[in-house]
Amino acid sequence: MIANQFLILAAALFSLGIYGLLIRRNIVLILLSVELMLNAVNINLVAFESMLNTSDALGQVFAIFVITVAAAEVGIGLAIVLMIFRNRRSANVDELNLMRW
Amino acid sequence: MSFGSWIGEPVNWVFLALGLAVLVSGFRVVTSKNVVHAALFLVGALAGTAGLFILLSAEFVAWVLVLVYIGAVVVLFLFGIMITRAPTGLDEGLDSERKLGPALLSLAVFVMLAWGSIEAFGDNAVATTGAPTATEILGGALLGRFVIPFEAVGFVLLAALVGGITIARRDLTPLEEEERTSA
Repeated sequence: MIANQFLILAAALFSLGIYGLLIRRNIVLILLSVELMLNAVNINLVAFESMLNTSDALGQVFAIFVITVAAAEVGIGLAIVLMIFRNRRSANVDELNLMRW
Repeated sequence: MSFGSWIGEPVNWVFLALGLAVLVSGFRVVTSKNVVHAALFLVGALAGTAGLFILLSAEFVAWVLVLVYIGAVVVLFLFGIMITRAPTGLDEGLDSERKLGPALLSLAVFVMLAWGSIEAFGDNAVATTGAPTATEILGGALLGRFVIPFEAVGFVLLAALVGGITIARRDLTPLEEEERTSA
């Protein structure tokens, strides 16, 4: 196995995440796309760890940190979505234009 | 490395199968017209990623991914979908109509990243001995060299927990508050 096969797969997954982030209107689906992008980063980190073989398994440690922060992000994100939904009766980002200039 | 010698390694067939599953699921996550299906396809993408991690001898991270993401995050997403009463059937208004620009942008990002990694790493091999990375090493790193970030990330989780409750809690209206105190 070469490192590039994992890096290119991760790049494809990251691009899919960007695409979803830009075309989706529902906030929950936008958060799903963000998860895809974070996952692509995790693949990269673990692949680099396998390539470099550091003594502390640094890449895997960082992947664990990314997973932790992603979990916190989803919790806060969905709480905000819930709040917005309660106030606006909608989870559509196009309708959240109160702060648009 | 030629494609012939690359495909000659059986482990690369496993990679192709898992990678294809990840990509197809990821594509369905961003294109599915059904919100619940999108969340369930995320499970497919994450499970494939866990398989890739095992392929890279990162067994502990793979199971952390399964437990935290598939076990907790996706369930949280399904709750979010249900609570926001997003239509669980087909919905045409889920996507923006302007798709060409985002498609071009994501294609450009992909080409840039892929070209960069090919230029930078060429045929660098990943060294997998077949044995999983000892969890002991990860634990030693987390509680030794990375103990401050580890504590910080624990604090972030606590703050997220408190913040999530505070944000999502429904405050009582003044009338309800009065009823509660008088009762």
